[in-house]
Amino acid sequence: MKDISLHILDLAQNCLSAGATTITIEIREDVASNLFSLTIKDNGKGIAPEHLPKVANPYFTTRKTRKVGLGLPFLKHNAEATGGSFSISSQLGVGTTTSAVFAHDHIDRPPLGDIAGVLVILAGANPQTRFVYTHTTPVGSYTFDSEETRDALDGMPLSEYSIMVPVKEMINANLETIKAK
Amino acid sequence: MTKITSLADLKKMKADLKAQIALREKSDNPDSRIQVKVAMATCGIAAGAKNIMEYLIEELDKRGVDALVSQTGCLGYCFAEPTVEVIIPGTEPVVFGYVDTKKANDIIEKYIKNGELLDGIIPVNYQKID
Repeated sequence: MKDISLHILDLAQNCLSAGATTITIEIREDVASNLFSLTIKDNGKGIAPEHLPKVANPYFTTRKTRKVGLGLPFLKHNAEATGGSFSISSQLGVGTTTSAVFAHDHIDRPPLGDIAGVLVILAGANPQTRFVYTHTTPVGSYTFDSEETRDALDGMPLSEYSIMVPVKEMINANLETIKAK
Repeated sequence: MTKITSLADLKKMKADLKAQIALREKSDNPDSRIQVKVAMATCGIAAGAKNIMEYLIEELDKRGVDALVSQTGCLGYCFAEPTVEVIIPGTEPVVFGYVDTKKANDIIEKYIKNGELLDGIIPVNYQKID
């Protein structure tokens, strides 16, 4: 994965296949402590306790279509390459929380990437799911809520190109204001 | 036009946006629309599926093709990512592999508009004869 936004696009698929109706994504840039943390929380079906220790193993999967699962191992590897850490907790029937912490100034810490594009793709393709993205930097904090945005647009579909463009512009303008990177 | 920075700005554009969408909402039934599905699991994303999806959404809109672009999971053709499945109503689904923007352009111009097949189709539709 080339950047953080692609990790988010990838992990959101896990949440969606778990049947999540709300996916909360949080990025916290703590420059003073040199930390960049990513947390993705869903209210999907959860992971069984006996499977949880194995999810970061690329050759562990419960699915039948193929024998490997690289999404979480990639994230863990990228976080650890910066001296950071990876953790996952889950409760059956309640949901799963995945976190990765990176060293903010480390040369191997992937850039944020096109997070606005990712959010619009996710919200547009999955109208039944609510995506809440919060980005906090030392300058300030911005939250994008797909449900709030859809309400503001009278339920017009976010999958339409003519709507994706202004929504993306709104997210990018706000991220620029808080100096997200 | 001023820059959009808040939900209030979006609300102000509502009337304009509605008019643009209304032009294309002729078909209420999703089965009668062309469906374009971009495989977006780890393998697809790593191979650049996000850019292909954005290209398809933008170009289909610009060229006036009424199609629904959505994402799917991994179809098991990780070697051929990014893959794009196109379902034209009344025909069998076709899966195209190794899609870059040039090929995405061909999918729109040759396959969707004219029904011509292209190189790099993944044969998933063959059924065995019992």
